[in-house]
Amino acid sequence: MTPKITQDIKWNNNVNITPALVKEHGLSDDEYALCLKILGRTPTLTELGIFSVMWSEHCSYKSSKLHLKTLPTKAPWVIHGPGENAGVIDIGDNQALIFKMESHNHPSYIEPYQGAATGVGGILRDVFTMGARPIANMNALRFGAPDHPKTRHLLSGVVEGIGGYGNCVGVPTVGGETNFHPSYNGNILVNAMTVGLADQDKIFLSAAAGIGNPVIYVGSKTGRDGIHGATMASTEFTEDTEEKRPTVQVGDPFTEKLLIEACLELMSTDMVVAIQDMGAAGLTSSSVEMASGGGVGFAFNLDMVPQREEGMTPYEMMLSESQERMLIVLKPGREAEAKEIFDRWDLDFAVIGVITDTGNLTLTFKGEVVADIPTQPLADNSPEYDRPWIKTAPKADLNAADVTAPQDMKQALLKMIGSPNLCSRNWIWQQYDTQVMADTIQKPGGDAAVVRIHGTDKAVAITTDCTPRYCYADPFEGGKQAVAETWRNLTAVGATPLAITDCLNFGNPERPEIMGQFVGCIEGMREACIALDYPVVSGNVSLYNETNGTGIHPTPAIGGVGLFNDSSKMVTIAPKAEGEVLILIGETKGHLGASLYLDVMEGREEGRPPPVDLALEKKNGDFVRVQINDGSISACHDISDGGLYVALAEMVMASEIGMDITIDNGNTPLHAYAFGEDQGRYILSVSPEHRDEVLRNARAGGVTVQIIGKTTGASLTLTAADPISVSELVGNHQSWMPDYMSID
Amino acid sequence: MKTAVIVFPASNCDRDMIVALEKITGHKPHIIWHQDEEIPPVDLIALPGGFSFGDYLRCGAMAARSPVTTKVIEHAGRGGNVIGICNGFQVLTETGLLPGALMRNESLKFVCKDARLRVENNDTPFTNAYSEGQIITVPVAHHDGNYFADDETLKALEGEGRVAFRYVDNAGQVTQASNPNGSRNNIAGIINRRKNILGMMPHPERLIEDAQGGTDGLGFFQSMINAIN
Repeated sequence: MTPKITQDIKWNNNVNITPALVKEHGLSDDEYALCLKILGRTPTLTELGIFSVMWSEHCSYKSSKLHLKTLPTKAPWVIHGPGENAGVIDIGDNQALIFKMESHNHPSYIEPYQGAATGVGGILRDVFTMGARPIANMNALRFGAPDHPKTRHLLSGVVEGIGGYGNCVGVPTVGGETNFHPSYNGNILVNAMTVGLADQDKIFLSAAAGIGNPVIYVGSKTGRDGIHGATMASTEFTEDTEEKRPTVQVGDPFTEKLLIEACLELMSTDMVVAIQDMGAAGLTSSSVEMASGGGVGFAFNLDMVPQREEGMTPYEMMLSESQERMLIVLKPGREAEAKEIFDRWDLDFAVIGVITDTGNLTLTFKGEVVADIPTQPLADNSPEYDRPWIKTAPKADLNAADVTAPQDMKQALLKMIGSPNLCSRNWIWQQYDTQVMADTIQKPGGDAAVVRIHGTDKAVAITTDCTPRYCYADPFEGGKQAVAETWRNLTAVGATPLAITDCLNFGNPERPEIMGQFVGCIEGMREACIALDYPVVSGNVSLYNETNGTGIHPTPAIGGVGLFNDSSKMVTIAPKAEGEVLILIGETKGHLGASLYLDVMEGREEGRPPPVDLALEKKNGDFVRVQINDGSISACHDISDGGLYVALAEMVMASEIGMDITIDNGNTPLHAYAFGEDQGRYILSVSPEHRDEVLRNARAGGVTVQIIGKTTGASLTLTAADPISVSELVGNHQSWMPDYMSID
Repeated sequence: MKTAVIVFPASNCDRDMIVALEKITGHKPHIIWHQDEEIPPVDLIALPGGFSFGDYLRCGAMAARSPVTTKVIEHAGRGGNVIGICNGFQVLTETGLLPGALMRNESLKFVCKDARLRVENNDTPFTNAYSEGQIITVPVAHHDGNYFADDETLKALEGEGRVAFRYVDNAGQVTQASNPNGSRNNIAGIINRRKNILGMMPHPERLIEDAQGGTDGLGFFQSMINAIN
C-alpha cells in the first residue's frame, strides 16, 4: 500500500510515529526495529520516509540480492560491473560503452505515455551521469492479450511515450522486442535500455569525496510528483491502482536534452568529483548512495532546493521523483564556473549542501534539523531476504506427433507471420527516430541493431531478447535461452558479443513459486553467461508484477551488446541476389514444446521449451561469426520464434527476393521440422563461389550443416507448400498491427 | 563554401548537419548558439532538425523569435542561402521566410521512414545536382510535417516552380500512400520566390554514405557547392 498521509502529517515533522504509520510506509516489524537500532531513537517523519524508500524492494533489492550475487560479472573487458549507475566495457582506443536496461512497468500501466517516457529519461540519465553520450536506445515491451480491453490503449501510449521522449532528446531508438500474452493483462512490462559512449579516462562515478566540497543540485525544480513511486513499484496492483496515478512522474525531454548537454560540458572540465542522477527515490537515494559510497556525510539545507511548488515539506522534497535532476559534488571554489554552464543551458543550479566527516545525511529546513541518518548502515545494512522458493515442476515433453499437422502449409505460414507475436513491428518502429545522429547502420527489423562508433570503423550491435513462455515452462532453460538468444542475435550480424544488462521482471517474491521462477531463471542465465564468456555488467529487478494474486510470466529481459572492429563486415538478414545458396546451420529436431506454432495454430501452451546446448551454441555461433568476418556470407538470420519457415519468410520479406527450398526432414514430421524452435540454429545465404569453402569450414569445425535451397524469383517455394509471393508474405506480415490499432 | 549551423536549445540534428557540411565542403561550419548576436559572413546558413525549445508551442515558433533568427532573416534578405531541414523548415515557416505551415501529421503520430522524393525543380541552388524528375530516397522523421498552404499560395508555389521535392511512390507517382504526413500536393520541400531559401521535411544529411543505406542526400549538398562556385 502506498502510505496515505494526511495533509496535516505531511506539514508536521514532529508527528507521532505510530505503528500504523510505520506499516503504511511498508516497513516490517523487523525492518523498523533495525531502523530504531541504526538511529538509536524514534525516526522523524522525514527519516521514516527515507528508510521506507531506501528499503523498498525497488531500491534495496532485498529479495533478489542473494541470488544476483551468483551471476558472473567479470571479464578482462569489463571496466565497471553491477553496482555503478550502469555497466562499463572496454572497446579499445580508450573508448568505453556504458549501458543498462531498466524497468518502468508499474507507472507505465497506470499512465502509459508518461510512464514509458520517464522510463526512457531515467535510463538515459543512468548512462550520461557516468560521462557517456547516449548513442542508442532500445526497449523490451510486453503487453496483455490483444483482445484485452486495455491492450490497445497501453500499446499506443507506451510507444508514443518512448518516441516522444527519445525523439526529442535526439538519441535514436534502434529497436527492441514486443510480445503479447494474457499474463501481462494486469501488468505490462516496459523495459528501456540506453547505450552510451565515453572515453575511459572520463568515466564518472557516484562516490562522494572531499570534506567541505560543495554539493550541487542541477536540472528541473522539485515538485510533488512521483512521491513514493519506488514504494508503489514494490507492491502488487489491486482494484484501487487507478488511485496511484499521482505517483507517476511527468517527463520533460526538452529539459533532459539540455541536461545531457550541460552535464557533458561540465564533465569535459576537471570540476566534477562525483555525479549521480536522481532516479527512483529522488534526492534520497542519490544522496545516500553518493555519501555512503564515499564514506562521508552530507549536510543539506533543504531551503536551497529549487522547488516548483510552494510550501513543500522536507518529506516531500526527499521523496519526490521529479524528473531531470542531478546531484553533483564539485571541487571547492568551482561553483561560479560550473553555474555559468548551467545558466547558459537555462537550468537550475543550486548549492544545497556540503560534504561532512560525520557519515550522516543531515537535513535542515527552516533552521531546524529534520533528519540525521548515518548513511552507511542505511545503505549497507538494508534488509536481505532468503525468501523461500520451490522449484518449478518440469513440464512433460510434447511429442511432435501429438501436434496436428496443418491442412495447408502455405496458409499455416501466412497465419504464423501474421500473428500478433510474429507480425511486423513497423507500426511501432516508425514512431521512433531510428536514425538521428546518422550512425545507425542496421535499423530495427534485423537480428540486432548496429550503430557506428562515431568517426571510427567500429560499431556496436545491440539486441534485447527473452522468451517468457519458455521461462514459464522451465525457468532454468528459459533463463539460459534468453542469454543465448541475445548472443546469437549479435553473432548473426557478425558482432562479437561482449556483455549483457538484465531487467528481471517477476511476480510477487513472497510467493515461493514465483521466487522459484526467479531462482531458476538466474541459474540458467548464470550457466549461459559462463559458457559464452558473456558477463552481466548492469541490471535491474522488478518484482511484484502481479495483480490480485496473478503474476506475469517470468521475464528476464536481456540486453546484449557486441562489437565490430570493422563495421563494414556487418551483414543483415536480407540476401543480396538471386542464386545465393541457403545453408542451414545446427540441428533440427522439430521441437514443438512451448512453441509459437502450438500457440498460434492450436491455442495450446504446453510442453518443455527447447533445451539450449551451450557448447553447441558456442560452436555454431563462433563458426558463423568467423564466416561473416571472412566476408563469405551475404546474409544471415538466426532461427528463433516460429522456427525455420518463419525465419526463411523473414529473409524473403527483407530482400524481396524469393527462395526455392527443399528440406530433408527424415523421420521428423514436416510441420515440426518447419516450425520447431530448436536452438542454436542459423540460416546463411552464401554466393555460389563461397559455398564450398563455407561447407568445408563447417565440416572441419564439426558444425552440422546442410544446403536447403537457393534464392530465386519473387516467391517463397517451400517443401509441401504452394509458392507464396513476396507481396503476399509482406501483406500478411505487415497488416496485423496497423489493423489492430486502427480499431477504436 | 563557408557555412554556419544555428543551434537552438534541443536542436538535435545539428551534429548530423555539421558532419555532412564538413565532409562535403571540407570546412567545419561555424556553430552559432541561439543567443549569439552575430553570424560571420557565410555562403549558407543551415537550420537543423530537432525539437527547438521542446516544441511545446507550435513547432519552431519559439526559435523563430530567437535573437539569432533576426540575423538569419537579414542574411536571407541580402540574398544569402538558407536551408531549413525538418524543425528548420518549421522555423522558416514560422518566421514567414517561407509560406505555409507544418501541421501535425495526418496520422497524428511521429513517422520515421525512408521516403521517395521526386525532384520537381532542379533549377535551384539546392537541387541542381539532381536531374528534374529524378527519384531519390531520403528519410523523414517528424511529428509535424503535414505541409499546409491556402489554395492561392499553393497555386503560386506550383505555378512558379517553387515545389522543390514531392513525396512519390517507387514509380515516381504522386499517391496518397506515398504521402507520409498528409502534406497538400505531397509537398516535401519548397523554395522562396528568390530561390535562396529552401525548407524541407526529409533529412538529406542522414544519407550521404553507403553505410547509412544510400547516398541520395549528397546531391543536395553538391548542388549548393555548384551554385556558389
